[in-house]
Amino acid sequence: MDPEIPVISLIEMGIIRDVTVAAEQVSVTMTPTFSGCPALLEMESLIIEAVQTLGVEQVVVNKQLNPPWTSDWITETGRAKLKAFGLAPPGMHGGNVTMTFFDLVECPRCDSKNTKLQNSFGTTLCRAIWVCNDCLEPFEQFKPL
Amino acid sequence: MNNALKNALLNRLIGMADDELILSHRNAEWTGHAPLLEEDIALANLAQDELGHATVLLGLVEELNGKTPDQMAYFRDAAEFRNVQFLELPKGDWAFTMLRQYLFDAYETILYNRLLTSSYQPLADVVAKFRGEEIYHLRHSHMWVERLGLGTDESLGRLQAALDQMWPLTAQLFQVSEADNLLSEEGVFPLAADMADEWQEIVLPHLANCSLHVPTHATMLLAGRETHTHFLNDLLTDMQQVARWDPSAEW
Ligand SMILES: [Zn+2]
Repeated sequence: MDPEIPVISLIEMGIIRDVTVAAEQVSVTMTPTFSGCPALLEMESLIIEAVQTLGVEQVVVNKQLNPPWTSDWITETGRAKLKAFGLAPPGMHGGNVTMTFFDLVECPRCDSKNTKLQNSFGTTLCRAIWVCNDCLEPFEQFKPL
Repeated sequence: MNNALKNALLNRLIGMADDELILSHRNAEWTGHAPLLEEDIALANLAQDELGHATVLLGLVEELNGKTPDQMAYFRDAAEFRNVQFLELPKGDWAFTMLRQYLFDAYETILYNRLLTSSYQPLADVVAKFRGEEIYHLRHSHMWVERLGLGTDESLGRLQAALDQMWPLTAQLFQVSEADNLLSEEGVFPLAADMADEWQEIVLPHLANCSLHVPTHATMLLAGRETHTHFLNDLLTDMQQVARWDPSAEW
């Protein structure tokens, strides 16, 4: 589970890139979402713990930076879980987040598309703050990266 | 990699890491003091991203010189830091902070784009990661310069004063040393001087659109990255004191 969004798994987040099993050892390749994410170390120990509960003692976690993680890798199931959690999922951008790219974000409460960005920066590095013009509720979005 | 090349690369990596670390500290000083709650949060985010970048870059430094990120951040004295001077100046007012962020974000955006094709693969890998995050920084600071420049007489006045103070110091970003030629020949690190034109093409039109006048007769700062103001000492005293109280402490 993601330490900051405890409803979605690291696989659904697209953070786990590869798992290889060799004789006695399991290697897991993960990629960080945001460089300054304080949950990185926590994720690493969660991965080790999860594999060890399967009865494997030697677990190696490799961190891969390239290709960089993109929010496009969040799976369909993952997106549905984010929305149910009240966090608007990031729009698909095909690697095209530029200075002028702005998401059209649906309110996770009432599905209205009449929303506006309040702050590109939110309570964690991966969240932005939006307001719904229809139901008037503020909500958080998982930032496209 | 031969020694000359390695040392030149180390010098540049430490420069990049120190720029991020020092600016991160200055931005973190706004926590609890920003003019709007939303901006308080934004500045904390910027500081956290920059600290994250510094940590990753210091990881690359460690691979080359064996010193841990903590040793580099907390146990070097001012003379060993390689950040540019305008990032170590006190946070000043909101206009100063946002303009500094903008000028530096524009520089980093160019630097990261160039480093994507660095022949030193570990560096190309990390900037590929940083680039997406940097877009949010530049977008934010770009917007604030506009808001203040086109705001009131007072906000424009403060922004112009910040520009007058900072502009001569930005020349330091594009300083090159002899060793830099080596890095550029090997495709490891672009020649900083070559990025100056591209930077000006980005910032000059925006500054002009925001009613700002770039000082024309300023004496540009030509000192190298090893020179600092006394403000860096003050910053380091604050940033390093806890780590230095008990270097053997486990966190
Ligand atoms: Zn709504």
